[in-house]
Amino acid sequence: MSRRIVVVTAGLTVPSSTRLLADQLAEATTAQVTARGEAAEIDFIELREVAGELATFMVTGGIPTPRLTELREQVAAADGLIVVTPVFNGSYSGLFKMFFDALDKDALAGTPVLIAAAAGSARHSLVLDHALRPLFAYLRAVVVPTSIFAATEDFGSHGLSDRITRAAAELAALVLSQGGYGVGGFAPDLAARPRRTSGTQVEADVTPFGDLLRGHSGTD
Amino acid sequence: MQFGIFSVGDVTTDPTTGRTPSEAERISAMTQYALKAEEVGLDVFATGEHHNPPFVVSSPTTHLGFIAAQTEKLLLSTSTTLITTNDPVKIAEDYAFLQHLSGGRVDLMMGRGNTGPVYPWFGKDIRDGIKLAVENYHLLRKLWREPVVNWQGQFRTPLQGYTSTPAPLDGTPPFVWHGSIRSTEIAEQAAYYGDGFFHNHIFWNKEHTEQMVRLYRQRFEFYGHGAADQAYVGLGGQAFMASTEAEAKRVFRPYFDNAPVYGHGPSLEDFSQMTPLTVGTPEQVIERTLGFADYVGDYQRQMFLMDHAGLPTSLVLEQIEMLGTEVVPVLRTEFERRRPAHVPSDPPTHASLVAAGPDAPHHLVEPARARVEELQAEQAAQVGA
Repeated sequence: MSRRIVVVTAGLTVPSSTRLLADQLAEATTAQVTARGEAAEIDFIELREVAGELATFMVTGGIPTPRLTELREQVAAADGLIVVTPVFNGSYSGLFKMFFDALDKDALAGTPVLIAAAAGSARHSLVLDHALRPLFAYLRAVVVPTSIFAATEDFGSHGLSDRITRAAAELAALVLSQGGYGVGGFAPDLAARPRRTSGTQVEADVTPFGDLLRGHSGTD
Repeated sequence: MQFGIFSVGDVTTDPTTGRTPSEAERISAMTQYALKAEEVGLDVFATGEHHNPPFVVSSPTTHLGFIAAQTEKLLLSTSTTLITTNDPVKIAEDYAFLQHLSGGRVDLMMGRGNTGPVYPWFGKDIRDGIKLAVENYHLLRKLWREPVVNWQGQFRTPLQGYTSTPAPLDGTPPFVWHGSIRSTEIAEQAAYYGDGFFHNHIFWNKEHTEQMVRLYRQRFEFYGHGAADQAYVGLGGQAFMASTEAEAKRVFRPYFDNAPVYGHGPSLEDFSQMTPLTVGTPEQVIERTLGFADYVGDYQRQMFLMDHAGLPTSLVLEQIEMLGTEVVPVLRTEFERRRPAHVPSDPPTHASLVAAGPDAPHHLVEPARARVEELQAEQAAQVGA
């Protein structure tokens, strides 16, 4: 079974160093998944292309465009995520945050995520631990221990590719362990499994009204 | 099929003149719209309910009573009645009283309200929204159906030996709709009681509306009230008309661009694609509206939002006139042409509910109770076997 990795990148120029970093992370992750005898399928989401649609989604109280619906479903169905943002004013860019604000709050629950950022200077590197990690903790994603920060000068050093390999290996290991909730010989504990939703569909399995009315019918 | 207009009751500055109507002018304008609706042959006028600026519609039964006194046939409704923050005891009294005043020309639509601070102002918590809607509505049904109510719930003072007065006109409670945009619990609630389900529709893509209505229809059938396609469905719609599409867009665009909900966001053209908004000729509005039935099925009530975004009174009156004289007559014919014989054309009215007699399911607090017990017995038998 091929694992679906979605790469969300918030670079604004073409080409951008954000996308350059995203490409390297995607390639390394594919290599790490393949090395473990499995296949990886990579999909890129360039947020620049849906910037206008995200703004519309925000100011209309959540009316989705077809393309946005597709992306929200793609993310909620991913086995793992690689997210890369440029650093703006000491944090992720507004465009990057807008996309995650447009997701269902359960879209990423239990999902392995590799966080990365690109900036002009190494002085911004704590953005990963002070901005991105809390964001994905709130979304109940599983953030891999190694996060990747690339300042301009890092694109000329060996250290960056070593760190990329380490982060990719961590992501690959987590992605491949997905679904392993059952202990051998026992039924998997379905209740403990994080429930993910894209928020784009009306839930078909509704709570029966008898359950909703329990304790509220005035007689019990 | 019933056609009407529904109002949010906002006081909004006219962006083309910079003039803001006074509250008195806005209230008077809404009354004129209701009277115009009756004059041009529309069936329903519904008012919203809000308890915060920039809205004026805090007292729906006062307003509907005033309109009832000046109309003959118009059905008076709400869009919506806040079942969460209002005391169900007061709703039972007020709307039964309105039934008596209007000769039964009343139904109402329950909604939860989405303005956070309104809940604490009325001593409630928005996080209890669904539970409040469930408990309060159940009590409301009892108050309209049981001569003496004993009640202890989670949210209000218990009732011992309480009788709601006046009793519903002819002992027949008004028909109720439940409005919900995305809460499946409310579609389930409407289905459980065999009530109507209304989807606002106008701020949503059609795929979403389609799924919500489908869920309600399936559950309506599950609870034994009839086939899924016989469930009572109402939809919102939004239109602005002129003799040419270009003229309609020219006049409406500044209002659209500055409208409270979607202004300063998507273009008029994009929004018209994303949602049911139609800005064009009456023929275009007819064609678009007829298309609604393709995704929600044949339905019973179509309401239009005509007065918002600061549109001046004279323009809104013109729009209601066009709606009543040019659009709705064609819609009536065409919707009936496509409707199968077993699908009701109208939702229940006071006359039809009285005609159905005191033993009709409408008079039960829980019409689906027997069906649920039957299903539980079947399940138990299967487990036993």
